[in-house]
This record gives sequence, structure tokens and C-alpha cells, in this order.
Amino acid sequence: MSAADVLRLALVGSPNCGKTALFNLLTGSRQKVANYAGVTVERKEGRLHAPSGRHYAVLDLPGAYSLHAASLDEAVTRDLCRGFYPGEPAPDVIVCVVDATNLRLHLRFALEVRELGTPMVLAVNMMDAARRRGIDVDLVALERELGVPVVPTVAVRRDGAQQLVAKLEHVAANLHAPRHQLDAGTGIDPDALHTETRRLLALAVTMPRRTAAIDDALDRWLLHPVFGLMALAVVMFLIFQAVYAWATPLMDLILAGTAGLGALVGDVLPPGPLNSLLVDGIIAGLGGVIVFLPQILILFAFILALEESGYLPRAAFLLDRMMASAGLSGRSFIPLLSSFACAIPGIMATRSIQDPRDRLATILVAPLMTCSARLPVYALLIGAFIPQQQVAGIFNLQGLVLFALYAAGILSALVVSWVMKKWRRDKGEHPLLLELPSYRMPHPRDLLLGLWERAAIFLRRVGGIILSLTVLLWFLLSFPGAPEGAIGPAIDYSFAGRIGHAMTAVFAPLGFNWQICIALIPGMAAREVAVSSLATVYALSATTDEAATQALTPIIADTWSLATALSLLVWFIYAPQCISTLATIKRETNSWKQVAIATGYLFALAYLASLLTYQIAVALGAG
Amino acid sequence: MASPLKLSELPHRMAATVEVVDDHVPNDAIARRLRELGFVNGERVEVLAAGPVGAEPLLVQIGYTRFALRRTEAARVQVRIEVLAGRAA
Repeated sequence: MSAADVLRLALVGSPNCGKTALFNLLTGSRQKVANYAGVTVERKEGRLHAPSGRHYAVLDLPGAYSLHAASLDEAVTRDLCRGFYPGEPAPDVIVCVVDATNLRLHLRFALEVRELGTPMVLAVNMMDAARRRGIDVDLVALERELGVPVVPTVAVRRDGAQQLVAKLEHVAANLHAPRHQLDAGTGIDPDALHTETRRLLALAVTMPRRTAAIDDALDRWLLHPVFGLMALAVVMFLIFQAVYAWATPLMDLILAGTAGLGALVGDVLPPGPLNSLLVDGIIAGLGGVIVFLPQILILFAFILALEESGYLPRAAFLLDRMMASAGLSGRSFIPLLSSFACAIPGIMATRSIQDPRDRLATILVAPLMTCSARLPVYALLIGAFIPQQQVAGIFNLQGLVLFALYAAGILSALVVSWVMKKWRRDKGEHPLLLELPSYRMPHPRDLLLGLWERAAIFLRRVGGIILSLTVLLWFLLSFPGAPEGAIGPAIDYSFAGRIGHAMTAVFAPLGFNWQICIALIPGMAAREVAVSSLATVYALSATTDEAATQALTPIIADTWSLATALSLLVWFIYAPQCISTLATIKRETNSWKQVAIATGYLFALAYLASLLTYQIAVALGAG
Repeated sequence: MASPLKLSELPHRMAATVEVVDDHVPNDAIARRLRELGFVNGERVEVLAAGPVGAEPLLVQIGYTRFALRRTEAARVQVRIEVLAGRAA
């Protein structure tokens, strides 16, 4: 056999049929799975080591309703299956995955894929869910009529792909046997595929009812014009309340831990540069960021549970009309919600938006969604300046302010996309055509795995980029030392101190002091670094040891005015400075012009909004 | 037998069958996608709900699947109400 004896398998199928879950099961990978169409937007590759010792390269492809691609992610699947994908041969075997509960839609695509003539195995997935709904699929009849091997799979069970692997081994061993022959001349007649699908369904599938009873019941309420919107508002609001109310005990624990560690190391080591680097730089800087881990995990627990449940496309349904009048579409909802985690996956998720104008608008406003890296900044400032009290008996004031900041980002996004729509004078039709999947109970094990993964990513960021930038900043803040006979604190004479003082010329009208200006620069690489930088700057500016080990919150609460804090909060709603996001916009739009537009408008909005906030707050006496 | 009407005009929760999907523009990509999703002659279809603002979009059940369709998309689908067929069966 050629090509290094590695057979190339491609997993294809309609969106949300469980390809990625099956891919993870086959290859031991942990690619993201969720319950909506379009989770996978690019090709992913993994290895399957079969019990026979044979190796397979497994490709996970974006879901497609048809090989007649309507969006960028579908085009990847089309090109790969046909062997037109740059630098990649066509797969040796196609595993076409169909959802046993959604065969009317998925079998049609399977028939279309079969016409390609590539050896194919049909994996009828979610057999467990089908059984629970009383759906009976006659796999023997299906295999006989289709003329390709058919196997049942349950991608969420550990042994759910055994039959698939066994069948693949069989196919691999007989790859040079005569193939299923097709009349290449006829081409694909769309009506013929539907007629054939109906014939197969009548022959091999018995279904007590067309939809799950639970879906009907839930949709009746959750998509109700009044109750549906109320439920959506409650869900969103609950998230922000929980981020504050539930995280506090854990945060106090981490805070006490880092303070203790700082004091201990400070006592043990002799005074000097090493002591300062460890205590003022690393422990103060990283401790200031790690403390926000509980809040980030609570936010992600909600996002992951919502993604798994199948509720997100419902939210898109409820909001589509409003988003359309603002120049977006319901399809923008899921990419924008992903941007609350981080704008980078959010921007990539826009590949499933069919309309190019909707996609561009979504990409440009995605950075306005408050990403989780901004949460530490908000949390620090809210913790220091907004009193912990109850409003109207049930709401936590800090949670309310956080909610308002997120809402301000969303509102700004709607205004910006509305302006872009007016600018283009766009009157064309933008398609929606969004599938609403069956509801699913989120699996606790998957949730925990997902959270563990997020925690690992966050801690890697802390240990990697945030640590390096913190150390770098410590150097720039410590050297060169003060000259002989200097009066002010040594930090004023350091490189970073001078840069910070120079920047205040631009940022003083916004109420930013030189410490904030310094923190803004490393914040361009990772926004959380703004917090660790402030911690390092203040730890180094402290004149006494006691002040140096103090937590950041009381320091800024004492030294900043409320107007400055509000201004900085508003700055971070728009915060254009995230280099990775700009790089992603460049890659996804392939246009420096769009990058310039995004950077320019975000910076202008940030500056103007902060200026207004600060000046108004000062005028009202908060200066 | 009722005359064909557009899916966007079909009363909610009334069983109907698809007649045909019209192209609104030459080589209509939206119409083609609707056909691929199963909006083809003889298929049972039902409008289950509508969005909160301006009754947009529509929640449409076709085959075993639910889709959110904007009214302009649904207006491409000609349907026939199933009253007689339903009684006979």
C-alpha cells in the first residue's frame, strides 16, 4: 500500500450529527463538541490506532447539508471530499455520520456523498437517543439498500465506536476489491435523492412521532414571544449574579494564599533584586490574575451548559429580528456569545454565517463582546469601587454593575453594526435558515472536562505569556535605578516609569495616571496582564515593606478617584488593544483594511467614551 | 381542495404539504438550500411558532427537523393545506 500505509479517513455528515464526538472517541482527542450546527469550522486531524496495528489518519470535517456549499465551512468539506483541498489528497475512506433521530435530513446528504464513489461506511449515530424515543432503524435493510456498510454508533459512550472500527478494518483490508459502481453520466438529480431518501425511510425506519415530546413542550415555552424573552433575560442575568455571588469564598482563599506566600518569600530571602522580582514581580503580578480563576470558571460552566443543551440556537431565534434590524443576523448570536469567552474562537465561528456581509459585520463587532480576559479588570475595579450591597433586596450591586458593563458592550455592538449597515446602504436579502436541534441534558462529566480544559488554558496563560510579560515589566520598572541625589521614588526614573509619564500627556484627560498608562501596554498582548502589571507597578512604588505586600484592591481604592475607575472600566468595554484578535481578523478577512477599521473604530470609541465618562463624573463631583 | 398558499401565510400548527419552492431570483441560492433541507414536493410541513418581534422568524418543522426561517425565505415555499388528506388517513 502507498502513502506510508496510513489510510486517510474523513468524517463527514450534516451539521450536529456528532462527527466531532465520534472523532474524539476514535482518536482520543478532545475537540470541542456542543449542541448546535457549526461547532467545527475547520478540518481537524487525529490518529486512530486500530487493534490490528493498522494506523489511520482521521479527518474531522465541518458539517454540511450539501456538497453544494453555501458557507466557508461547508466549502472545506466539499473540497476535501472531492480532493480539491490544497495540499491534501482525497480521503481513502469516507465515514458518513448520520443522526438516527434526524434521518430525513441526514440520509439525503449521505446519498449525495455516496455519489462521490469513494469507499464509504455509514455510521448511524445517537442510536441510544433514537432507542429512547422509540425510533427503530433497520440497519440490515439500510445496508442492503444503500450498498455500503452500515454500523450503529453511540459517540458519547466509551465503547460506542467498536463496530465502526471493526467495519473500517474490514473495508481497509479489502480496499482494492471492486467498488460500488455508479453511472457517472447521470450526475446528481436533487429530486431523485429525496425520492430515494423517502424510499429508504419507509423501508428501514419506524418512528412513533416526528419530534421528541420534550422538544415540543420546551419550545412552546422557551420560544414563546413573552415567556421566551423573559426566560432568556433571566438566564443571562443569572450568569452575572452567579459570577459574583458564588466566586467570593474561593477568591478570598486564593487571595489569602498569595498574600501569605508573598510575605513568606519576602522574609526568607535576603532583600535585593531577587526578592523584589519574586515578591513584587511574580507573586504580586500572577497572584493578582489567578484570583479571578473562580469567576472565569463559573462563567464557563454556564456557557458550556448552554452550548450542550441546544438552547443557544433558540436564543438566536428569539433575537434574530432585533439583530437583523441592527445589521446582524440570528446566526451572529452564537459567534458573538463565544466571544464572551474569547473573541478569537468567536471570529472563527463566523465561518458558518452564509452571508458575507453579515459575517464581516459580526467579525468587526465581536471584540466588543466582553471576553473573559477582561473579567479580571472589571472584577478588580468593581471590587475596589462598587460597594458590596443588596439592591431591591435580591440583586447584588456588584453583579448589577458587571451586567451593565456587558450590556454596554452588546449595545455598542448593535449600534456599530447598525451604522455599518446604513453606511453600506444594504437592502439585500440575508438568509437565516437555522436548524434548531433537539434539546440535550448537559453531561456532568463533559462539563467538568470542559471546565478543567478552560482552567488549564488560563493557568498556561498565567504561566506563559502573563509570567513573561510580568517579569519583563518588572525589569523595565526597576532599571535603571534612581540617579544619585534623586528626590522622587526610584520607579520614576525607570524605563517604564518614563514611558508611563510620557503617555499621560494623551491619557490625562481620561483620568488615567501613569501607572494605568504603563499597564495598558502589556495589556495589548493579554488583557489580564493589565491587572498583573498594576499589581507589579504598585508593589514596586511602595516605600514600605508593609505596603508592598498589600493586595492591589485596597491600594487603588485609596489612591484612585471614582471617576478614574469608571473611566478605565469604560475603556475596557472597547479596549481595542488585543494583538491576537487583530491577527485573527486579518486571517479571517484576509484584509489589512478591515484590521485598520476595527482598530481605528475601537480606539476612537474607547477614547471618546472614557473621556466623556471621566469628565462627566468629575463634573458630578466624583473626581 | 384548498389552493396553494405561501408557507409564510400558513396558519400556525396547521399541517400542510409542500408543493414547490420558487426561485425569487435567477439561480436562487436560498431556494436551492431550502430544497436540500427537504422542502420538496409532497413533504409534510408545519409552522409551529414565530419570533417575538414582527412575528419573525418562523419556526418550521420539515421532516424530523426544525428550522428558523425568515418570512422572505418561507415565502418561496408553496404549500397546500392537508385537511382532506388528513381525514382520509
